[in-house]
This record gives sequence, C-alpha cells and structure tokens, in this order.
Amino acid sequence: METAVANEDAARNAHNPASPTGSQTPRVSIAVDDTRKVRTLHVKAAVDNLSFYYGQHRALKNLTIPIAERQVTALIGPSGCGKSTFLRCFNRMHDLQPDTRYEGSITLHPDDLNLVGPGVDPIEVRMRIGMVFQKPNPFPKSVFENVAYGLRLRGMRNRATLAEEVEKALRGSALWDEVKDRLQDSALALSGGQMQRLCIARALATTPEILLFDEPTSALDPIATAKIEELISTLRDQVTVLIVTHNMQQAARVSDYTAFMYLGELIEFDEAAKIFTNPAKKATEDYITGRYG
Amino acid sequence: MSASAAHLEAEALRRGLLRRKLLDQIFVLVGLIVMFACLAILAILFIDLVRDGAERFGWDFFTNFASRHAERAGILAAWVGTSLIMLVTATCAVPVGVAAAIYLEEYAPKNWFTAVIEINVTNLAGVPSIVYGLLALGLFVYQFDLGQSIIAAGLTLALLILPIVIVATREAIRAVPKAIREAAYGLGATRWEVTKDHVLPYSTGGILTGMILGLSRAIGETAPIITIGALSFIAFLPESPLKGEFPFISFAWLKDPFTAMPIQMFNWVSRPDQAFQANAAAAGAILLGMTLVMNGLAIWIRYRFRKKINW
Repeated sequence: METAVANEDAARNAHNPASPTGSQTPRVSIAVDDTRKVRTLHVKAAVDNLSFYYGQHRALKNLTIPIAERQVTALIGPSGCGKSTFLRCFNRMHDLQPDTRYEGSITLHPDDLNLVGPGVDPIEVRMRIGMVFQKPNPFPKSVFENVAYGLRLRGMRNRATLAEEVEKALRGSALWDEVKDRLQDSALALSGGQMQRLCIARALATTPEILLFDEPTSALDPIATAKIEELISTLRDQVTVLIVTHNMQQAARVSDYTAFMYLGELIEFDEAAKIFTNPAKKATEDYITGRYG
Repeated sequence: MSASAAHLEAEALRRGLLRRKLLDQIFVLVGLIVMFACLAILAILFIDLVRDGAERFGWDFFTNFASRHAERAGILAAWVGTSLIMLVTATCAVPVGVAAAIYLEEYAPKNWFTAVIEINVTNLAGVPSIVYGLLALGLFVYQFDLGQSIIAAGLTLALLILPIVIVATREAIRAVPKAIREAAYGLGATRWEVTKDHVLPYSTGGILTGMILGLSRAIGETAPIITIGALSFIAFLPESPLKGEFPFISFAWLKDPFTAMPIQMFNWVSRPDQAFQANAAAAGAILLGMTLVMNGLAIWIRYRFRKKINW
C-alpha cells in the first residue's frame, strides 16, 4: 500500500519549510487536491521514512507524517497495526527492550532534534516528551508525590515551588478540586478515572513538548472516558497531543488530524473531518465503517 | 423432548455433580490431614524439647557460661556468639545479595553469560553446607588469616544464605509491575532512579522476608561452623562492640573466638552425663523459638507491605 499523495507532499515540505521565517516551527501544506484549499499546519515533529524493527521483524514500514503543533493527532487502525509501536518511538520506550532498531527520523522542532537518532539520549527525549499509558499507572505514593516526581527528577527541591507546580498540573488535568484535600493520601485510593487524570497531571507537570496517549480510556467507564476526552480537547492549547485509540468515535471527537495505519504502514493521513466523512482510500473507509478491525 | 425425558436428564446431571463434589470434599480432607500432620510433628518436637529442658529454663540459663556442672551451665556465650554472627551475616549477605539481584533483574542483558550466572545462583542454594565450611576453612580462616573468629563464621554463613537472599530479592523485584517502571522511565528517570525511587521501595517487604528466611536458615547451621573451628567451651564473652570512651564503637570482637547455639547444643548432646541432655533440650527449644520468631516476623512484614501496596 502506498502513502497518500498529500502525505508525500507533506513530507517533502517538512524538509523544505515553506516559510521558516516568522515562525519557530516549519509549516507544511496538506491536502493539495483540487477540491479543497491548501491548509497549512505548523509542524512540531516531522516523521520521515520511519521504520522500526523488533529483531528481524519490521513492525513499522516507512512512515512519513507531520505532527501538527498544539493540535491533537489521532492514530487509528486495527489491533496489531503498529500504532502503539509508532507512538512509543516518540519517547524511545522501545529502548528498554533489547534488540530493537529504528530507521529514518522523527525531527522535533524547533531545534531539529532527531528523536530516534543513534546519538540522542533516550532519557533526554523522555524528559521532553511525556506519556500517558493504557492502564492508569500511578506510583504507590501520595497524590502529591506522584505529580512532583517528574519535577524532583529535574532537580526541583524547593517545597513552595513544588507545591505551586503540582497544583498547576492538577488544575490542568481537571483533578484539583477532587484531590486538593487529600494530596497526602495514597494515589491508589483514587478511582480509575481519577488515577488516569493523575497520570496526565504527572506528565503535564514536566511541561512536555509532546504528550503521548496510548489508548488512555480503554480501561475506564464511559463517564471517566468523557472527562478524559474533554481534557484532551482542552490540552491542545498548551501541548501537542498524539493519541492512539481503538475507538473511532473518540478519534473523531478529539482529534484535529487522523492517521490510519494498517500492518505497520500508513494508509491515510488527513484532517480528522476529512478522514471521517470522506476518506480518500477504500481501506480507510472500510475500517471506519466497521467492515474490519 | 418430553417432560419425563428432561427430568431423567436433570437427574443424571445432578448425580454426576454429586460425584464431582465428593471428589472435592475428599481432597479437602486429605489436605487437612497432611497439614495437621506437619503441624503436629513440629508441635510434638517443640513440646518434647520444652518438657525435657523444663528444669533448666530460668534467668541463670541465659546469663551463665558453660560449666562442668549441668545445672550451672548456661548459654550466655552461645547466644551472644550467635547474635554477633547473625549481625555479620546480615550486614554481608544482604547488601551483596540485594545488589546482585538488582543487577540481574534490572541491568544485566539477557544473554548466555547471565543465563549461566542465574543457573549457578540457583545451584549454590543446593550446595551442602559442609562444603561451604570447607571453603571457608581454606579461604577465610587460613588464606585471609581471619582465624577461628566471629567474622570468619559470619562470612561463611553469609555465603550460605547469599543464594536465598538473591532468589527472594529477585522474586520481590519481579513483582513490581512493568507499568510502574514504564511510568518512571516515561518521566525521564535513569535506571538507577527507577531502581532506588520505585523498584526497591515497593519490593522492600519481599526483600526483608527473604533476608529473614535466610537468617533463620543460618541461625541453625552447625556443620560449617564446626568445620571452621568453633570452640565448644568458652567462658568469656567477645569484646563489647560499644565502648565507654571515644570512638564508642569497637570492632575487636570480630576477631574473637566464639561459640554458637547449635554448637553448644551439639556439645551437650554428645556428653555421657544424662543431666546435660536437659541443657541440650532447653537450648534446642530456645533455638527453635528464635527461628519461629524470625519466621513470624517475616510473615508480619510481608503482610504489612502487602496491605500498603496492592497493585
């Protein structure tokens, strides 16, 4: 399967930004077909020809896709299509496993750091790119310590500053009002939805440049899910969001851009509205209408 | 299907179910019998020791040195020796064992070399204790010239329980969910930060349990201590670790000769004079009591930590 023409164009432009002056991040144009106007997006990270290997197995095949700054980009596709594998390339989680290998690049703007470059320290990458996991995974410590941990790793020791930052992060994840009186209680006493918002606060506290969500609501009930979705929609004001989801409605609700993947390849990338109303590829249409996956 | 046929079928189903539930009950019965048999043996052993040694129990038994007269003989040197040896054993075996376990679980690459190390660690747990005694005699007593001292005995027993500590610590570390490690790594923690801030604190209960179980094994070991030459008759205490004047702590006791509880017991058992059998029984009961207390402590610690952290 080949990548959409629009995406190849996007990739080319990612390397030759149309107007690098005046903006910190390069811009690319997508959807340059006859029917629609050219839409320009600010690129926070440009994925170029990315392949990923588990040993001999090639799990991702030549992915090229721009990640829009301060927008929500959703990755959809059937189980095993490589969307989580792709997400985990952004913060080098794969480096924790032996015998894994990246090819190609993910260029983080504005300083053009290749996230998967061989000379780049995965710990530096993880300090700049936050992640929220599938199952809420708070540390068995107090609510406060959970949010403060990332800040402590960054050398913040001052109690007053820590308290201030923790409050800010908890407010940012819409959890402050629920936990402000129990900051010293164990995080394990929270409900599943609260735990997941705590994990979001923990990631937000370190002011990441990109926040990765790996199916963040698959372990939650519908009400908790709605809260998280609402939160993700508001987060786009402060951070670039990349979210993997199994749930098509969720992708349609929260994302600005959507990428459909299948068998480790990118089938289609476009604005979410376009993908969900008028996809260019037959495979995409089959998937979003529930014919397989 | 007619109503009567359905009825017959339901009857057959019920009969089959009764048979299967009977098997269930039989297994419960067998399990209970086996369990009570084990408990009964331990209880009989303990009660027998206590009864045989009853006349010796008393404050004097703890504060007297060994003596030619059975009724005046006590276990002062033995329990002080055992306590000091356990101190040395714990301070040597625990840091080394925990560090080895951390390395194997968190750091070591998975290749044939670590596989060989893992198999060896497991095998070490099965080496007869007398072999450790011989090793220690050659290495600690003569080669390192530590003599027949407390430190030599402590190091020997540390070697003996090292595999136990390593295996227990690895189990405890492995019980920390991968998701917790990923959460910490995801925030930009280094391997050491993940280990010291998360893996170790969350597995402390399991590690302490392993340590105590190891020590309760070591406390009763006789063979290796005899091999390195524990004295069976000692009428003085090692030098005190705490001093009245600066620097208040002394390590001279490490090089002192010693005896230990199992040695003292062995000595009394092997005497022809029947009166000493009571001493041996009393010492045995105390040794068994010490082991039970340590195991109880391990269970309590495990329970406490389980309650605090349930994933």
